[in-house]
Amino acid sequence: MRHRYVPQRGINLDYLMWLFTRISGLGIVFLALIGLASAMYMGARMQMDLPTGLRWTFLPNPNHVINSNIPDVTLGWANAFWQIMQYLIVFFAFTHAANGIRMITEDYVGHTFWQPFLRAFIALLWIGMLIVGIYVILGSAY
Amino acid sequence: MAYGKYTGFKGWLYKGSTPYYGFALHRLTAMGIILFVGIHVAASFSMQQALGTWGTTINIIYESWWFQIFVVFCVLFHTLNGMRVVILDIWPKLIKYSREAVYLEWAIFIPIYALTVFLIINGALSAG
Repeated sequence: MRHRYVPQRGINLDYLMWLFTRISGLGIVFLALIGLASAMYMGARMQMDLPTGLRWTFLPNPNHVINSNIPDVTLGWANAFWQIMQYLIVFFAFTHAANGIRMITEDYVGHTFWQPFLRAFIALLWIGMLIVGIYVILGSAY
Repeated sequence: MAYGKYTGFKGWLYKGSTPYYGFALHRLTAMGIILFVGIHVAASFSMQQALGTWGTTINIIYESWWFQIFVVFCVLFHTLNGMRVVILDIWPKLIKYSREAVYLEWAIFIPIYALTVFLIINGALSAG
């Protein structure tokens, strides 16, 4: 006989992650708006056009997607403000994503023998992606 | 989706109407974004550390116009649908207008996405 698993009421992982998903989702949107506003504010002195501002906000990575017509994002991360913005976005995005993958897989797998292994694998993936993302940002700050 | 019930292909025919399609699309676009951002970070690492040429190969894919159309769809839909979910969760009184919220979401999504796709294709045609 199978029983349907009902989560406990009160503060538990599911509730906290439910809350975190909302907060981090709003946080990413908010950070994107701050980034766009700051890019426009800082770039106005250099007559920066809109595509450059968008590139600086959303894809400020000097190592990848580099052959676009939009110049000069190499200096983007040589600045503590943009580095902190990127760390926050990386942290919020990967945590949001890892929890999303956990929820989707557990909808299909359920509370079976495999659940702890899947959770451990996703946690490992989460830590690994955080480390690689932060390393790329740190390593690009030349 | 209820745990323990394998819905299979019939799950996609579930008559949950617009909010259900939003739910399914939200998950699909989430997987799209995870794929996009995960490969982007890995390829950045590879190109920064000069680990072979596969980062350059992925760079070519990421700069192609059809891939950008796909990425913009995923990111824009996931953002707008997520904001709809957050707003309805914070103010539960608005749930009676959930259908209107879905219409509003598409009313915001379609013009922005259509303009973006137009600009991407226009740029691709003028560059090529």
